Amino acid sequence: MVSAGALERARAACASVADPEQPVVTIGDLGIVREVSVDDHGRVEVVVTPTYSGCPATDAIRDDIRSALRRAGFADVAVRTMLAPAWSTDWITAAGRRKLAAHGIVPPGPASGGVVDLEIGVRCPRCGSIDTKLVSRFGSTACLAMRRCTSCLEPFDHVKPH
Amino acid sequence: MIAGNDRPMASADQLCTYALRLGDDALILAQRLSEWASRAPEIEEDIALTNIALDLLGQARELLDYAGTVENAGRDEDDLAYLRVEREFVNTHLVEQENGDFAHTIVRQLFFSAYQLALYEELISSRDELLAGVAAKGVKEAAYHHDHAMQWTLRLGDGTDESHRRMQAAVDRLWPYTAELFDADDVEKTLAAQGIAVDPSTLKSRWSQAISEVLTSATLTVPETVWSSRGGRRGVHTEAFGYLLAEMQYLHRAHPGAEW
Repeated sequence: MVSAGALERARAACASVADPEQPVVTIGDLGIVREVSVDDHGRVEVVVTPTYSGCPATDAIRDDIRSALRRAGFADVAVRTMLAPAWSTDWITAAGRRKLAAHGIVPPGPASGGVVDLEIGVRCPRCGSIDTKLVSRFGSTACLAMRRCTSCLEPFDHVKPH
Repeated sequence: MIAGNDRPMASADQLCTYALRLGDDALILAQRLSEWASRAPEIEEDIALTNIALDLLGQARELLDYAGTVENAGRDEDDLAYLRVEREFVNTHLVEQENGDFAHTIVRQLFFSAYQLALYEELISSRDELLAGVAAKGVKEAAYHHDHAMQWTLRLGDGTDESHRRMQAAVDRLWPYTAELFDADDVEKTLAAQGIAVDPSTLKSRWSQAISEVLTSATLTVPETVWSSRGGRRGVHTEAFGYLLAEMQYLHRAHPGAEW
C-alpha cells in the first residue's frame, strides 16, 4: 500500500514545476497536470494535457516533471499525455491568474463565451486603463495575444481565452 | 482503445490510412506556412502564420504517431514524415499549393480552416479515442485559424482595388483545389459507418455556405467550378509538392536520426 504521504509529495513536486515559457507560473497553476498516481512499487504516473497541440514547451515540461519527481525521491516516472478533455484557460487557478497579472501578463477572461472574445474588458496591466487595442491575435507564445494600451501606449501580453 | 482484437484487418489498414490523410494535410500545410517565417508582410503576421503552423504540426504529430501505432510496422512519426516518398503522402492538393502572395496564403487558410473546423466539430464524437482527442483539441485551434483568415479576407477583399484584385485572383486560382477536400472513398465511408471517421462529403454544404458568406461580405465573387484537381488521397500530387518534400526531408535524409 502506498502511503498517502508519497502521493502528496509526488503531487506537490509535479505542481511546483515552472512553466518553461512563462516561469512566473507553475504547471499546477496552469491546470495542465490532470492526474498523479503512485503505485505499490513507488512508480509514479503523471497525466498532463498540452495547452496547444503544437506547444513546444510540452517536451520540456515532461522532462522537468521527471527531474522534479526524481529530486523528490521517485526514480520510476512515466508521463502520459491526455488530449481530451482539451485544456482550457478556464483551468488556470486564481493563484495563477494573480501571478500572471503581477508579471504584467493579463490573464484570460472566461473561454466559455466563444473562441474569439478578446475585445471585452482587457485592462492595461501598467496604468489600468480599459482603453486597450488588439495588435495581433497571435503573440510570442501559442497562448498569448499582443495588445497595446491606448492611454499609456504600452504594449502588453494577454493570455487569450481558449 | 479502439484498436482492439475484434477489429478486422482491413479496418486497421483503413484506420491507418485515415489517420495519415488527416495527418498529412496538417503536416504539409504546417510546412508551407512555416516558409513565411521571417518573410511575412509584418511581424505580427510572421508570428501568426508560424503559430498556426505550430498548431497544425502538433496535430500532425499526434495523427502520424497514431498511424504508425495502428500500422504496427515499427514506423514512428519521424519515419512517416521524413522517410516516405512522394507517392506515399496522402494529403490533398490544396495544402501543398505554393504560398504565392499573402492573398493566396490567406485564401488557402480560409478554405482549409473552414473545412478542418467542420471536420473536427464532427470528429469529436468519434468512437476512436485518439481521433476524438485530436479533434477536441484541434477544434479550438481551427476556429482561431478560421477567424484569422476570415478577418484578413474581409479586410483585403473589401480593401483597396489592388488588394481586392489579388484576393479575387487567389480565390479563382485555388477554387479548383477545394472539391477534393470533400471526396470520400471506401476508407472514409467504411470508417464513418463504424462511427470512427467523418464522411467528408457530409461537410460540403456547411463549408460552401460559410465560404460563400465570407466571400460575399468581402465583395468577392464565388467562382463557378469548371474543373477540380484530384489525386492527393491516392498519392498523386501536383508539381509543387516535390519541391516542398525535398526541403522538408533534406536534413533528415542527409543526417539520419539527427536530433537537437
